[in-house]
Amino acid sequence: MKSLSALFFLLLSASVAHADWDVDQLMRALAANGAKRAAFTETRYLALLDQPLVVSGELVYVPPDRLERHATQPVEESMVLDGERLRLTREGKSHELGLRDYPEVAALIGAIRAALAGERAALERDYALSISGDRARWRLNLLPNNTALAQIVLRIDLSGSEGHIEGVDVLQADGDRSEMRIAPRQ
Amino acid sequence: MKLSRPIAFTLWFALIGALATVALHADYTADMSVFLPRSPSAAQRLLVDQLKDGLVSRMILVGISDNDSDNGSGSDNGSVRLADVSRRLAAILRADARFDEINNGEATHLEVDRQLLFDYRYALSPAVDAARFSVDGLRTSLQATIALLASPAGLFAKPLVTRDPTGELLALLATLDHPGPRTVDGVWMSAGGDPANGEARTALLLALTAARGGDLDGQEAAMAAIRAAFATACETPGCATLKLEMSGPGIFAVNSRATIKSEVTRIAAIGTSLIVMLLLIVYRSAPVLLLGLVPVITGSLAGIAAVGLGFGVVHGLTLGFGTTLLGEAVDYAIYLFVQRGRGTDAPTGFWSTIRLAMMTSACGFLALFASNFPGLAQLGLYSLAGLITAALTTRYLLPAMLPPGFHIHDPVPLGLGLARLARLATRLRWLPPALALICLFIVVNRDEPMWQGELLALSPVPIADQMLDQRLRRDLGAPDTRYLIVLPGADIDAALTRAEALAPVLDRLQHEGRIGGWDSPARYLPSLATQRARLASLPSRAQLSQRLETATADLPIAAARLTPFLDEIERARARPPLTRAALAGTSIALAVDALLLDSGHEVHALLPLTAPGDTQTIDGEAVRAALAAWRASTAGAQAGEAIFVDLKNESDALYGAYLGEVIRLTGAGIVAIIVLLSIFLRRPMRVVRVVLPLATAILTVLAALSLAGMQLILLHLVGMLLIVAVGSNYALFFDGGEQGAAVAPHTYASLLFANLTTVAGYGPLIFSTVPVLQAIGITVAPGAILVLLFATMLARPQPASKP
Repeated sequence: MKSLSALFFLLLSASVAHADWDVDQLMRALAANGAKRAAFTETRYLALLDQPLVVSGELVYVPPDRLERHATQPVEESMVLDGERLRLTREGKSHELGLRDYPEVAALIGAIRAALAGERAALERDYALSISGDRARWRLNLLPNNTALAQIVLRIDLSGSEGHIEGVDVLQADGDRSEMRIAPRQ
Repeated sequence: MKLSRPIAFTLWFALIGALATVALHADYTADMSVFLPRSPSAAQRLLVDQLKDGLVSRMILVGISDNDSDNGSGSDNGSVRLADVSRRLAAILRADARFDEINNGEATHLEVDRQLLFDYRYALSPAVDAARFSVDGLRTSLQATIALLASPAGLFAKPLVTRDPTGELLALLATLDHPGPRTVDGVWMSAGGDPANGEARTALLLALTAARGGDLDGQEAAMAAIRAAFATACETPGCATLKLEMSGPGIFAVNSRATIKSEVTRIAAIGTSLIVMLLLIVYRSAPVLLLGLVPVITGSLAGIAAVGLGFGVVHGLTLGFGTTLLGEAVDYAIYLFVQRGRGTDAPTGFWSTIRLAMMTSACGFLALFASNFPGLAQLGLYSLAGLITAALTTRYLLPAMLPPGFHIHDPVPLGLGLARLARLATRLRWLPPALALICLFIVVNRDEPMWQGELLALSPVPIADQMLDQRLRRDLGAPDTRYLIVLPGADIDAALTRAEALAPVLDRLQHEGRIGGWDSPARYLPSLATQRARLASLPSRAQLSQRLETATADLPIAAARLTPFLDEIERARARPPLTRAALAGTSIALAVDALLLDSGHEVHALLPLTAPGDTQTIDGEAVRAALAAWRASTAGAQAGEAIFVDLKNESDALYGAYLGEVIRLTGAGIVAIIVLLSIFLRRPMRVVRVVLPLATAILTVLAALSLAGMQLILLHLVGMLLIVAVGSNYALFFDGGEQGAAVAPHTYASLLFANLTTVAGYGPLIFSTVPVLQAIGITVAPGAILVLLFATMLARPQPASKP
């Protein structure tokens, strides 16, 4: 089973290598982008709740390792990932925690930061990567490569165009999922 | 009364045997508590207790750094290496019974802590009251929880939502949250050190020893355990470039003890060999040398025996002063031998001069003995008993112990040379008064304060170690607890109840900007009554179920999904309140222990206050006034003392009291010596001739220390007193008796020998790294020489010297 999936990925990566657009090229394009600021809308579908939750706000990325998420609707709150420290601020109170103490959370949030930075090695520490589409319309699929992480998240799909990420879809192991749409702000 | 030789020896051996027996049965110590007063104020007692036995006294701060710049301790590799060593070191120490707790930033307690906080969240959370579980209260907190689920933090909250939908655990964590040191690679690393510039990073670790802070052997064992564990932990990456640093009260105490022990031994060895060498040169005979040591040995043993009997315990530093006594006690034998060596009995004036010299010295030591500080009192008693015993031995036993036909190498040729020099010196009669005035001018016009104003100045802990301690403390973010409110209670729960009752007062002070913030043990462990009241406000299962139905009507969450919440509340209502015992093994226990001082019969709750943001200080009067008003308004279980403590002030006040006492005692000692001299010498001019060399010597030493930029500590002052006590002996010999007889040549010789042995006794102290010993040495050794010089210059002009 394991070798089968390995073979599958080998074939997949072999096939995309022939295409004009591979993981390395995507990473270079992402890395070339530098600091980014964009509006986002995230929709969460939770089994616990009868209706989806919609959050909107702004994402800020400052190379090499700072990612900020500032929600404005429905409530103001922010998350700042700086190096190894994750600071969550809501209702005027802020909490800081070390990513190392929460490896699964680190893998989840860290994946987005690594993608923005175009760091292939960081992504491949926790995920197996596969790419499809072309430069104008690509889709990067992340599958956890360890069981601890697989108990939290089943897959992450990043999509976008050129060096811009436009969508982040996360499917969690308990069936809950979230869809984030990102529009570069002019 | 003349004893026969065998009887004199028998008596002496009996005396030595008795004294040695007492000395051997005494306890010996080397801790620093001798510098703390015997009868402190309530706040000072607390300070002393904390220093000796508090949780703080059991803390060892550990730093691991990488010296190898090539290896790039700043680079990621270097940090990983340090982090690995820190983790391995912590793992070894956690398995060691000599430590109660090891913290290096790893989340080892996280699971235990979280489980405990989760189980007891309804008893611990200050948010719990009846309103929170009303329909409106439930709706509000459920809405907040749903909003939380939409946030990035939702990932943490989700697994617990059905059991804790009101978010009690998160509310509780928010109130307990403390910012710790920075974490790199999962362990604490110093914030200082910029890796980009290749500066060394330090991995930090806190160890709490099982041994009390006062148990120095236990502390020493803990230090050794950390060193051994470090050697094992860094085997793989190689220890060569890694450096282990340790600090903390226990470390200081252990190192001080080792320093005092080695210094006292070294000083005694150097002083003794110097004196023995000097005596051999003077006497040129081993039997005479041994006889000369008779008063010294008797005096030293008598000193130790007296301290042992008087204090129950002999301090190492007291023994350090033993050699100084040696230098003085040996003088009496020198005076006697030089007299006897000439084949004559001592002249009538001889013993009365010795007696007066001994009495002036005794006055000085008696003043020290009256001190409230055991360190000085021991020094006083030791010297007093030692000196009197040595003098009595010389007077009554030693003459009878000398063999028939006793003679020593004739010092007269030397004495004649000295007498010539002395006559020349009298031409400098104008010098001492002039020098005294100049030195007085220098001392009075000194810019910086003359006295070192901190208790720390007495500490034998080297400056480098104090700096290391400060650096590690800052890196660990250990709060500088300068301000405390102390609330005594009969037991833990009583103290916690009082701490809770004081909370509104502290909130108001914080609101008014008088204080920046405050902490309380009740935050981590509320009193039983408070916990019971919170649990009593929880609704029954049926009530809660009904209210949830109503509250969730307009929310996207269905009440049916919250059945685990009903189970949790039911369980919480049945669970007994949390006690200190149930906290064992959690980091919350540490927080509680740090703020509760349990002395066995009484518990003190400690509430640290922080200064308002813009200032560094708290207005103590405002806090005291608020406490007084609070005490007046409380009654019953909440009534009792409430003490505001400013630890820095207390420590400074302690030193101030110490300084004041020593100034008073030194003054009293000097006045007593002058009174004594006036009574015996009768004529004012004779008193002036004895006192002027002493005063000039003291002023010269003070001016020299001042010019060298040294700040004086108490022990310099004690040194001044000793200059008077020791130096008055020389001045008295120059006085020459009532008839104003000329000083005999052999007296010059014996004075020179006596002076040299005194300098040999005090001199080695100058090179001590223990400030207390160094201060005495650097004052008394030069002072003794100067007194002799000035006394020579001021000697009564002799007819023979007149041209």
